[in-house]
Amino acid sequence: MHWNSLADFLAMGQHGPYVWGSVVVMALLMLAEPILLLQGRKRLIARLRRQYRAERSEARADRQTTSRRSKD
Amino acid sequence: MSNRLINWFKYASPQTFYPLAGKMIPWFWAFAALFGAAGLTIGFLLAPSDLQQGEGYRIIFLHVPASWMSMFIYLVIAFWAAIGLAFNTRLSGMMASALAPTGALFAFLSLWTGDPRRADKAGAILALVGVVNIPIIYFSVKWWNTLHQGASVSLTKAPSMAALMLWGMLLCALACWMYSIAIALMRVRTIMLERERHTDWVRTLLGEKE
Repeated sequence: MHWNSLADFLAMGQHGPYVWGSVVVMALLMLAEPILLLQGRKRLIARLRRQYRAERSEARADRQTTSRRSKD
Repeated sequence: MSNRLINWFKYASPQTFYPLAGKMIPWFWAFAALFGAAGLTIGFLLAPSDLQQGEGYRIIFLHVPASWMSMFIYLVIAFWAAIGLAFNTRLSGMMASALAPTGALFAFLSLWTGDPRRADKAGAILALVGVVNIPIIYFSVKWWNTLHQGASVSLTKAPSMAALMLWGMLLCALACWMYSIAIALMRVRTIMLERERHTDWVRTLLGEKE
């Protein structure tokens, strides 16, 4: 262990704000990136499911009208 | 021989790569956490202070991996872009696009952590042209030596720093590698769904097949 006290560790030889500020920024961004990715993925999957369902019900409606017409 | 070729191209298809990538992602996250914990422990708790830069030098455990990553990711993007242009494989373009935001993130972090005073798509051609920047970045440490210390770790010489510092830095860099791969695989899977949404395999995957 290099440090004698927690205060020394936090002070980083007068470079505390720079070093710890960078640690915080890097940690936040590296946490934010996967979280945003997962959110985007969820949104995309929901959108695709809606789209597929809409396409299917449209196709079903088309089939019904054509079959009704063929009976007439 | 021909078998091996076929196998490689098999994984170049999004349909087969998608589940494979899904299985690999947790492993890369686990290694990222492991290497990150080890690297930061060595760097912030065990490594000695620097003779000239005191304790503030510990920024290197963030700054150097971020700077290296921003360069490497650019090289990997160029690699995928070249493969995509040469073989016209769908996956290559997707990989290049999946890496670009993470490359930009590390470039930003490199600049952020490098200045105490706080002062989707790049496109295949753009990436290839942009690669000329890599030697400029690599040598910038030498050319602008009044702004930045000389390189302690280079391709041509043995590293000139304490072993613990070096190990801390290398482990942190390795953690950033694992992180980037995990993120790129996650992003490429989303890109695959988006671009291949009209195909049967995506419909089946989402359980929306007729």
